[in-house]
Amino acid sequence: MSEHVFTSVTDVDLTPEELAELKLVNESPDEFEAKDTYEVTGFWTDVFARLRKNRGAIVGFALIAIITLLAVFVPLFSSVTYKDANIDHAYLPPKVPVLEKLGILDGIDENGVDLYAEAGLPDGTYYLFGTDSMGRDMFVRLWNGTRISLLMALLAVLTDLIIGMSYGLVSGYFGGKVDFLMQRFVEVLNGIPSLVIITLFALVLKPGMISIILTLMITGWIPMSRVCRAQVLKQKEFEYVLASRVLGSSNRHIIFSEIVPNVLGQVVIMSMFSIPSAIFTESYLAFIGLGVRAPMASLGSLVSTGYKSFLAYPYLVIIPIIVLGTLMVSFNLFADGLRDAFDPTMKEM
Amino acid sequence: MKRIALAVVTLFAITFLLFLLMEFLPGSPFNDEKLNETQKALLFAKYGLDKPFFTRFFIYLKNLIHLDFGVSYVITIDLPVRTMLATRLPVTIRIGLQAMILGVLIGLILGIIAALKKNSAIDTTATVVSVLGFSVPAYVFALLLVYFVAFRLQWLPIRYNARQPFISSILPTISLSMYIIATMARYARSEMIDCLNTDYILLAKAKGVTQPRVIRRHALRNTLVPIITVVAPLTVGIITGSVVIEQIFGVPGLGQLLLLGVTNNDYNVISAVALVYSFLHIVIMLVVDILYGIIDPRIRVAGGEK
Repeated sequence: MSEHVFTSVTDVDLTPEELAELKLVNESPDEFEAKDTYEVTGFWTDVFARLRKNRGAIVGFALIAIITLLAVFVPLFSSVTYKDANIDHAYLPPKVPVLEKLGILDGIDENGVDLYAEAGLPDGTYYLFGTDSMGRDMFVRLWNGTRISLLMALLAVLTDLIIGMSYGLVSGYFGGKVDFLMQRFVEVLNGIPSLVIITLFALVLKPGMISIILTLMITGWIPMSRVCRAQVLKQKEFEYVLASRVLGSSNRHIIFSEIVPNVLGQVVIMSMFSIPSAIFTESYLAFIGLGVRAPMASLGSLVSTGYKSFLAYPYLVIIPIIVLGTLMVSFNLFADGLRDAFDPTMKEM
Repeated sequence: MKRIALAVVTLFAITFLLFLLMEFLPGSPFNDEKLNETQKALLFAKYGLDKPFFTRFFIYLKNLIHLDFGVSYVITIDLPVRTMLATRLPVTIRIGLQAMILGVLIGLILGIIAALKKNSAIDTTATVVSVLGFSVPAYVFALLLVYFVAFRLQWLPIRYNARQPFISSILPTISLSMYIIATMARYARSEMIDCLNTDYILLAKAKGVTQPRVIRRHALRNTLVPIITVVAPLTVGIITGSVVIEQIFGVPGLGQLLLLGVTNNDYNVISAVALVYSFLHIVIMLVVDILYGIIDPRIRVAGGEK
């Protein structure tokens, strides 16, 4: 509050204009406006308001939504499936209506040969993203692969969430010897490069979607449990927990009804960050030959098969890596925004 | 001391875990159809694979102390794995170090400039670069570099070539360093901004110290301390990245050996490479932990509880 210099304004003879001016001077610019202070908004309203202001998060969310919708609906409504092969149509480059008139993506190779005509296709046939070595439509394969990748990442992160959260809750809440032992275990596990465990587990399990999800889980829950434990340690000290305990609540009630709702936000943010890393790990597994088996495709397996004929047919790789990159950047942007929205004061980790 | 003990325990746990997992691997290294049962049994006896699990584990441990990783069963029959590692490890470490140095330097410069010129065009560029490098996997950059720089423009060779070890390792180095540049720029920026807002910077400015001197003598030094901790997790990125990157550029390094081992079911090779990776990882974590204590006295004092 600024100090008033005049004890009483009436002591001095002033015109009304001068009075108004005086008042303005006295009002320091950083004084709050009533609107900001007295309008009561809920926690979630605040979060969404902050999230909406974050351009990166909005763009990220929009891209995630578009890619997810395409991944869900393209395979549903297309006339061919991801495994329909037609060997006559192998290695056709992308051809897109409208764009073909501009001389790009018109299905004609560098030597001016119309590959579509050569394959005996009538005018008006378009493979938007081209075809692969078996003549399968890459447009359908790509979105189907995105769907598989997203599904695997989602399932892996869900299980991470359950395992990591219970581990962190138990370790943080009970503390003492339990915490000590559990943390030493995590430290040892964390000392092993996850790449090593992941590769070996993928080798031991039979190849397939379930085993990839299992492999993703093996190390994925560790960061989740750390965040959860740190949050529980913080929440545990608050009065509301003490109050609940004084009122005679059981441990179960305190954990699930008092603490969990308060740590959930951080855990959700953490899981948003783990989705891109799960997608990355999946593509790494595909790259070393431990991914999903053909004709099934994931983003990672599309890249790793396409890469073998990369220089001859670059579109087989460029398109999947663009989708993969966009997806990962979007998830990171959205998670960043979400974190800032939940807790604007928190420093970047 | 406690840190070192933990590192040793971790290493032991890894060795055991590796050995256990190898036990469950489907198939055997001797998949040749020409082999009959007796010949297979003879091969098992020759390599001591017929002994009980724990006996084999202790023999393995005993050999490990003498840095004996056993012999390769499939890739080059009876060649000691140590010889294979000896030729490949230097290549991987060299490229990793190159990537580390390049990444840390560029990342730091980018981050610091971004912090000094906050909300400028450079700052925005740095943010975009760090978001991209942080979230896009290294092999995406590698494939793009191969296609545009090596294949289209033909500026640099596509494949790694042992006769031109530096020129041909430029592209793998750049691909690996993207993640480091991104992370470094991110941390350097936020640390620098924090640092510039502290009271001692204000004091230095109030005393009339010139801006470049404030940055060099006061801000930069304190920015660098926390950044050392970031280096440890970054090495993990290098290790993971190197497997795929080495495959793309045909670098005869550890990652390629791991893949060869995986495709051929060569037990000793897989576990040796995995052990070397884990060992590198643990040693770097340990060194960074100790370094941090030496550089920042506050950690040393509070170190008792850690």
